[in-house]
Amino acid sequence: MGNSSSNAAQAPSFESWGRYPQLQAEVVPLHWAGDFPLPHAPATKQLAVGLGRSYGDVCLLENGTLLQTAGMDRLLHFDPATGMLRCEAGVTLQQILDFGVPRGYFLPVTPGTKYVTVGGSIANDIHGKNHHVAGTFGRHVVRFELVRSDGARFVCSPIENPEWFAATIGGMGLTGLISWAEIHLRPIVSRKIDYRGDKFHGLDEFFALSQSANSEYSVAWIDCVSTGRNFARGIFMQGDHSETPGPLTRSKEPKLTFPFNLPEIALNRFSMATFNALYFHKQLGKQKIGPVDYEPFFYPLDAVLHWNRMYGKQGLLQFQNVLPHESGREGMIEILKAITKSGLASFLAVIKFFGDVPSVGMMSFPKPGPMLALDFPIRREVSFDLVDRLARITLEHGGRMYSAKDARMTPEQFQAFYPQWQEFARYVDPGFDSAFWQRVTGRRPLVG
Amino acid sequence: MADRLPAASKRVLALGATSAIAQATLRLLAEQQASFFIVGRNEQKLAAVRDDLLTRGASAVSTFAADLDDTDAHPAMLSHAVTAMGGIDVALLAHGVLGDQPEAEKNYAVAAAILQTNFLSAVSLVTWLANYFEAEHRGTIAVVSSVAGDRGRKSNYVYGASKGGLNIFLDGVRNRIDRAGVQVLTIKPGFVATPMTAHLKKNALFAEPAQVAKYILRAIEKRKDVVYAPPFWGLIMLLVRSIPRRIFKKMNL
Repeated sequence: MGNSSSNAAQAPSFESWGRYPQLQAEVVPLHWAGDFPLPHAPATKQLAVGLGRSYGDVCLLENGTLLQTAGMDRLLHFDPATGMLRCEAGVTLQQILDFGVPRGYFLPVTPGTKYVTVGGSIANDIHGKNHHVAGTFGRHVVRFELVRSDGARFVCSPIENPEWFAATIGGMGLTGLISWAEIHLRPIVSRKIDYRGDKFHGLDEFFALSQSANSEYSVAWIDCVSTGRNFARGIFMQGDHSETPGPLTRSKEPKLTFPFNLPEIALNRFSMATFNALYFHKQLGKQKIGPVDYEPFFYPLDAVLHWNRMYGKQGLLQFQNVLPHESGREGMIEILKAITKSGLASFLAVIKFFGDVPSVGMMSFPKPGPMLALDFPIRREVSFDLVDRLARITLEHGGRMYSAKDARMTPEQFQAFYPQWQEFARYVDPGFDSAFWQRVTGRRPLVG
Repeated sequence: MADRLPAASKRVLALGATSAIAQATLRLLAEQQASFFIVGRNEQKLAAVRDDLLTRGASAVSTFAADLDDTDAHPAMLSHAVTAMGGIDVALLAHGVLGDQPEAEKNYAVAAAILQTNFLSAVSLVTWLANYFEAEHRGTIAVVSSVAGDRGRKSNYVYGASKGGLNIFLDGVRNRIDRAGVQVLTIKPGFVATPMTAHLKKNALFAEPAQVAKYILRAIEKRKDVVYAPPFWGLIMLLVRSIPRRIFKKMNL
């Protein structure tokens, strides 16, 4: 409709999915590959961001310039014979599914939400339920273009500029702007997933199920609230793309939006215990087998837009770690005990074994062993103390935490988790920075 | 959907094809295997749009770089489009500028430039297209106008006047060539999140270009005369138009 500039008083803010921390920045939407570098170089540092679905501060930069790439959403080439897709970096995984599924192609790796961009998927080298067979997203990236703030453009692949390829995959957006990428989609013949859900009680049963599972996808929901005989109960969920030809239709748009910020009191020990019990008992028998649609299998939370509002306006902390096999059992028990004791855990907790498929990214998170991911509502010091404790246990057991999910790691913890960080730092674009990178390199204090 | 092949694929001429609303609309047409002649100012942007449309299913895409303010060049360009595609079924006009209202209040040349782009260039294009389609006894002229053309407001009346004039012009053309079987569609989007409005603070009234495009495509298919996109703007503008002038003139709009 067009209003005059009188409405343009305040720069729009940009939140991460955890909505903590809240940092003001100038957001500059990019629409074309040629829009970057900006015509007038900003006086501030810059950072390319996608949909802001990482949880902490990897997609934030206080008083900086955030280059929002979602408008760079063109599909540039697709080869139906091989499943090779070239697209601009702001294309979302949802858009790829809408395009690919009717053509018989699926994402090679998908996280628990499809509302992330290709650029963000590369920058955080995301993983999914098939990590044990497919590795991370970066393994399916054939090449991409990296644009530096000085205007230099590199095509990067395992053979062209391989060091920049490795630094940018999992490089948290710090090496420059990814303008386009080529990724390899995987063929499917149906939307359906052949599903199997097994209930378990305790980590040993989870470990046993993980070892015997032979599906492409597996993950477990785990109850991090209950204690006693219900300690570490859960449902081990596995699935494969159906091999029986079936529907290849496009998904419907979600209709539900979480309408407002829930008050802090709503998420408490009792409501969470009830949620967890209900979820555990929703599956009546010990085992459930049958076909399910890929949407609820991969993206149960995407059905409700803005579900992060459930955590109230103070936001949420996500914790995700991986431990090596040797200390995995002992370490996870210690971590789960600390969580249940705190009474802070919410409903959304998953546990899985990462496989030994190596990541191509220099700073990629996954390594072989059990990984745990869960959300906490922010109750200030109590939540911060707990996450710090979990970070220390992770460190003691030789594990590491995931940058894309973190808002609280100390520089010491980060540098111990990622000892290669100094080598990586040589690839950081001098015009780029992030609140995360400032924090873990000791240039920005942790704030309560 | 990609798996549904229509009986006859449309041949689409898109003017201002790199605009966000045009791109979103063309994507939907590409899924129906339409062929395209796309016009915009910037070759690189046109190439990106071409690749996108081809990837999504377009059967052919020709690009043509032109500044549509240059009305003298219109007839040759439009003839070229007819030759390139073997005819035109749908012409979508989507070029336009928001302009700088405060500047236009001070400087006539700024106001005239807005009218040149949004109104006069469209008049030139539609004049040629109306004659072309009238002779063909078929076709669609779809023009992206704006709800701002429904009533003049102090915050954007130069832009509003360019779109209001366009609406009246299209009403007249429609009245003339409807009998020849030609659809003239006036598209009135409300707030749309596009590069044109990137500087505005977003509120609940803002729609995504993809959403607006669905209403445009449906209106083309249903051979409508006017479409508000999204449709609730029809109601809003009915209310805006019904405010008595002696009250309206005192309002801050």
